[in-house]
Amino acid sequence: MPETTASLENAGDSWNEQTLIRRVREGDHELFYELIRPYERRVYAATLAILRDEADAEDAAQEAVLKAFKNIRQFRGEARFSTWLIQIAINEARMRRRKQQAVTMEPIVDQPDEEGRYIPRDFADWREIPSETLERAEVRERLAEALNSVGQKYREVFILRDMQQLSIEETAKVLGISIPSVKTRLLRARLMLRDLLAPGLGGGWSKVRGAV
Amino acid sequence: MVVRCEDVWREVSNYLDGELDPQLRAAVEEHVRGCRQCTAVVNGTRNVVELYGDERMLQIPLGFSRRLQQRLGQGVGRSPGTAFGWMMALGFAALLLITFEVGNSNRSLAELRSEMARTSAHIPPELVVVAETDGRIFHVPGCRFILDKDHLKTMTSAEALRLGYAPCVRCLRKYLAETHDLKTEDETAGLETGEPEQ
Repeated sequence: MPETTASLENAGDSWNEQTLIRRVREGDHELFYELIRPYERRVYAATLAILRDEADAEDAAQEAVLKAFKNIRQFRGEARFSTWLIQIAINEARMRRRKQQAVTMEPIVDQPDEEGRYIPRDFADWREIPSETLERAEVRERLAEALNSVGQKYREVFILRDMQQLSIEETAKVLGISIPSVKTRLLRARLMLRDLLAPGLGGGWSKVRGAV
Repeated sequence: MVVRCEDVWREVSNYLDGELDPQLRAAVEEHVRGCRQCTAVVNGTRNVVELYGDERMLQIPLGFSRRLQQRLGQGVGRSPGTAFGWMMALGFAALLLITFEVGNSNRSLAELRSEMARTSAHIPPELVVVAETDGRIFHVPGCRFILDKDHLKTMTSAEALRLGYAPCVRCLRKYLAETHDLKTEDETAGLETGEPEQ
């Protein structure tokens, strides 16, 4: 990835972002990549969460970024730019998914009644997972597999809230659902993932831990 | 207040997000202290949040950024709706014409230049510049606004103009300032000019 100018991550304040937005609107179109660069991982993660195919996700991410550029004048600043951008990515991925008409089998870990209780299936205690484990590709892959096996409506909420660090309110707005629904789905996603990854199930996590 | 295991499981997400009122939070913590199963649920859920919240889980494929920039470059060139966008579109169309022209055309440079290049008469012709292989803009070496630093061609500014590249309005602004009113707003705001780092 090429080095950039005053990176938003280094500058770390929305003033620079607002300046970039203004300049892009005024015609400095080459600055648009600088504007979205801090968020390209998030855009890709959002499309991958829905499409679950790397090539499709990348194509959707590119298209979403282009749409954001073409519609930059419609960004009113009522929400964070990143939230607006992620929303475009989510919409793009959802549209593609509908077009693909993929048959997706809802995994059996899904509970049919969203409002019902979720009962954890495993009570093995994994008190601490060293963060260094994430340096291992197989660990990340195992976590990604677990996430992919969770139902889409839970996966979307989890990606936005726990991976992209959107607030509950932002997540609700991006997905077009209520705040209580976000909280319910988030709870289920977290508990389902915990069950998928808990050592007591003898699943991939216990094998990975053995490898670590 | 006394809570049961089912209450802890229902509230574990809110608990980890710090969204419980103090009384309920205290009750949950009291229960967890004495319940191994709920301790496991809380710890495990906390681990899930921390692991997936790590930036290393947001990986992008190799070459993703470059491909995105290339796609964006194509899209920016065709962007409608603004006067500048149309000018760039015309300039890009002009570049396409230049690309397909016979290399040893005897046409005058004035006819071949893009709209942007036409205003670049003040750039010293022997100035060493760089241009992206797949780009449309030429820059002073080290310009911070070069998108693809891995695929650059070095040439003189005269050659860049002859090939149809347009000058970067940031790192070459001092040569363009007489023809474009670029200096007042950005310089007043103290924004970067794209000049290479020392």
